[in-house]
Amino acid sequence: MVVNGKKLIEILDRIADVIEENKLMLTELDAAIGDGDHGINMSRGFHAVREKLKDDDGSDIGIILKKAGMALVSNVGGAAGPLYGTAFLKAGAVVEGKQTVDVADLENMLKSALEGIKMRGHAEPKDKTMVDAAEEALNALNSSNAAGESPQQAIKAAVDAAYLGLENTKDMIARKGRASYLAERSIGHKDAGAASFALILKTIFDELYGQESS
Amino acid sequence: MVGIVIVSHSRNAAEGAREIAAQMAPEVSIAAAGGTADGRLGTDINSILKAIREVYTDDGVLIIFDLGSAYMNAEMAVEMLDEDMRKRVEISDAAMVEGAAIAAVNSGLSKPLSEIMKELKHCRISKMP
Ligand SMILES: [Mg+2]
Repeated sequence: MVVNGKKLIEILDRIADVIEENKLMLTELDAAIGDGDHGINMSRGFHAVREKLKDDDGSDIGIILKKAGMALVSNVGGAAGPLYGTAFLKAGAVVEGKQTVDVADLENMLKSALEGIKMRGHAEPKDKTMVDAAEEALNALNSSNAAGESPQQAIKAAVDAAYLGLENTKDMIARKGRASYLAERSIGHKDAGAASFALILKTIFDELYGQESS
Repeated sequence: MVGIVIVSHSRNAAEGAREIAAQMAPEVSIAAAGGTADGRLGTDINSILKAIREVYTDDGVLIIFDLGSAYMNAEMAVEMLDEDMRKRVEISDAAMVEGAAIAAVNSGLSKPLSEIMKELKHCRISKMP
């Protein structure tokens, strides 16, 4: 797996479409235990990313991710703005100046993004946030890479783990954000941020390797 | 005098809190940063930055906020300031309306930022993560 800047911009573009297609699902998850704006917020954010990157020459992966991060920070409106914004900025910082990235870079980017999300949101695993999807994904990617599996297997493992992490949020009590006001009553609902995280990772896989029928 | 920035998800709530605080201390610079750029509920880092710059003096700026992402966006806005400005900006987790009023009154009495932070401790509601 080698991704250049042009391909990365295509992936980000596709994420905007996939978020749009899943806007209602994200909104409904958020509405159940939060304020119901995650779908529209993410859609606004990734359309802004698309707009910001439309004239980018694709020569520097770090710059592309930095632009995406700033677009998210400035246009989302909800907690997802600073969280995904920080994630993209942090991911960009570890691949500054690179023209292409491989699966080892992806692991570094995900690691740095997750650190950024935890730092910004002051969240830990089991708080019922996107951290629960991201942490599982990173661990799976790390194990798979360490075991010498193919990039396709490794990224697939990360996507599956992210969805497992998303499923796990269902049984958790929310400890961050507005869902935490509901305390025990947040049990039984999946976290919207974990859902968008898993969706984004799945879109990356699909763009790299084609959609798999599941 | 310390400038005050009120960050809320709602443009009306930010403006309302500003109005209440300003009534008690009309001489203090208070800016409201409420809602997203396109008028939805939410917080906007660019409008927070603009508000900080609007009320900034070397006496510093105090930011008061309402819920969740308001804090994260305020924190990011502060990180984006130049070093020189950044060290003179504080975020308080005081209840928004009460905090804004108490901060305004104390700023009007020319108290330094550190003193105003102490005055606010009675209405802190531990909403910072
Ligand atoms: Mg929300």
